Amino acid sequence: MNKLQIVLSGILKNNPTFVLVLGMCPTLGTTTSAINGMGMGVATMAVLIMSNLVISLIKNFIPDKVRIPAFIVVIASFVTIIQMLMQAYVPSLYASLGVFIPLIVVNCIILGRAEAFASKNGPIDSILDGVGIGIGFTLSLTAIGAVREVLGSGAIFGYSLGIADYMPLVFVLAPGAFLVLGYLMVLFNKLAKK
Amino acid sequence: MKSTLFNMVAVLFTITLIASAGVGAVNMITEEPIAAAKAQATTEAVANVLPAFDNNEVQEQEIDGMSIKVYTAMNASGVVGYAVESMTKNGFGGAIRMMVGFLPDGKIYNVNVLEQVETPGLGTKMCDEGNALISSIKDKDADEIKFSVKKDGGELDALTAATISSRAYYDAVARAHQAFLVASGQKSEADGVTSATATSENNEGEAAQKGGENE
Amino acid sequence: MELSYFAIIIGAIFVNNVVLAQFLGICPFLGVSSKVDTSLGMGAAVTFVMALASIVAWSIQEFILVPLHIEYMQTIVFILVIAALVQMVEIVLKKVSPSLYQALGIFLPLITTNCAVLGVAILMIQKEFNLLQSFTYSVSTAVGFALALVIFAGIRERLELDDMPKAMQGIPISLIVAAILAMAFMGFSGLV
Repeated sequence: MNKLQIVLSGILKNNPTFVLVLGMCPTLGTTTSAINGMGMGVATMAVLIMSNLVISLIKNFIPDKVRIPAFIVVIASFVTIIQMLMQAYVPSLYASLGVFIPLIVVNCIILGRAEAFASKNGPIDSILDGVGIGIGFTLSLTAIGAVREVLGSGAIFGYSLGIADYMPLVFVLAPGAFLVLGYLMVLFNKLAKK
Repeated sequence: MKSTLFNMVAVLFTITLIASAGVGAVNMITEEPIAAAKAQATTEAVANVLPAFDNNEVQEQEIDGMSIKVYTAMNASGVVGYAVESMTKNGFGGAIRMMVGFLPDGKIYNVNVLEQVETPGLGTKMCDEGNALISSIKDKDADEIKFSVKKDGGELDALTAATISSRAYYDAVARAHQAFLVASGQKSEADGVTSATATSENNEGEAAQKGGENE
Repeated sequence: MELSYFAIIIGAIFVNNVVLAQFLGICPFLGVSSKVDTSLGMGAAVTFVMALASIVAWSIQEFILVPLHIEYMQTIVFILVIAALVQMVEIVLKKVSPSLYQALGIFLPLITTNCAVLGVAILMIQKEFNLLQSFTYSVSTAVGFALALVIFAGIRERLELDDMPKAMQGIPISLIVAAILAMAFMGFSGLV
């Protein structure tokens, strides 16, 4: 497969949120604003790239039966590292993403890519796959976050548009998460058909 | 690769060992920045709720089973004020932590919410500048405030559609006030703060009749 | 003030429903819940594992991680414990009660990657619950999960017969239904 294609397929054809429908928990839970969605996306991407790389390097040394536990240990270590780095250097973002940072461990995207891609391909391709899927995930989360932020609190990336009082608050609450994701998925499906 | 008992155990053990070593190493690197980030957050929070000062001393108290820290801020001419890191467990989403600044005469100088998990757009308004909660207690003498919202027969404003968050907010401020009284030597032992919760329980029947209340 | 057990139970089942308000365990919620029967099975399996995991995770945190000052290993240790626990439950169940294994067996492997289990373990430590509170909290959370799953399955059984635009079929309409359900659950706000 062409290197560029690997990256692009992660963004569109295999978009983790709208096409593969993986990693729904952080998608719904952290997208109360565009910046939170983006932060979560980038944190996930970092873990994804690192774990893809390491797993593609050690895949030949791992006995089949303990493959999944071995992958989980690798992923959990990178998640913990990211968690500590965020706590140290971006404490406010860490605070607003809350429990969803440690939960990157059980994000099906990461284990899914480890299993479906990194355990079968070389290190370079695996990194590119991580970049593609990571960008796809980040873009989706940022988009959902932006829509919810505009509709719910009348702001975008934290800049108030001065219309906050007229906006239905429900979009930053739990139901809004499901609603916005649902309709964005309809839109994505419609556009993808053409 | 084929699985045998030996290689499964060996590989898993090696991976876990390397992983823990890596995580441990990063922990050693980030331990200081994390502590520094937390310390800086505290310093900023103290500076935020008090007039300018030169140095401060920390003292810890326990009220209602929660540990409350009091930072006594001083400059050359004496005590500038007391910043109390107070908390409540009665928030809508869980615990709320806040820093409350008292001037030596008991006036509330400023309040800064440090941590909360309230509903976005409703209870989270407690963090906004000049919100209804802070404006109804700011620059007032804490000794004369009865810490309960109008709905419970008090005199303080509540956030729209966030009565429970508002009660919790005043609950934490009231607890800070108790800690301040002890720290400033006006009282030898802090009273527990139960007023806010007690009234809310009395009010439950009434609230249910109104068809429940928001947050 | 200590949180009363009643408040923990009602809070975890209704007010802060794990799926509809905290967004944990969405994958099985969207994936499994198309039949009421299977939803009940999944709910039971999750309740079982979560109850066990809460006790084990709490003990590990209290007696191993905190005394050794390696709280930062929490994520790694918890996920491994949950994975091992699920395996063990599977093996024990197979030996002891084959009929129960038949009913729950297929759901067990899925639970390792159910973020609700890990999420609850981390949250109960964050909330500084004691052992009994943690146990209460995780069982009620699991009941809340089962409740959301079963209600949702009931709705989806009907949805399958409905006519709708092609782009909406499947996951999108499920999400929109979930939104309405989440709105209904918001009505529980303020109960505790």
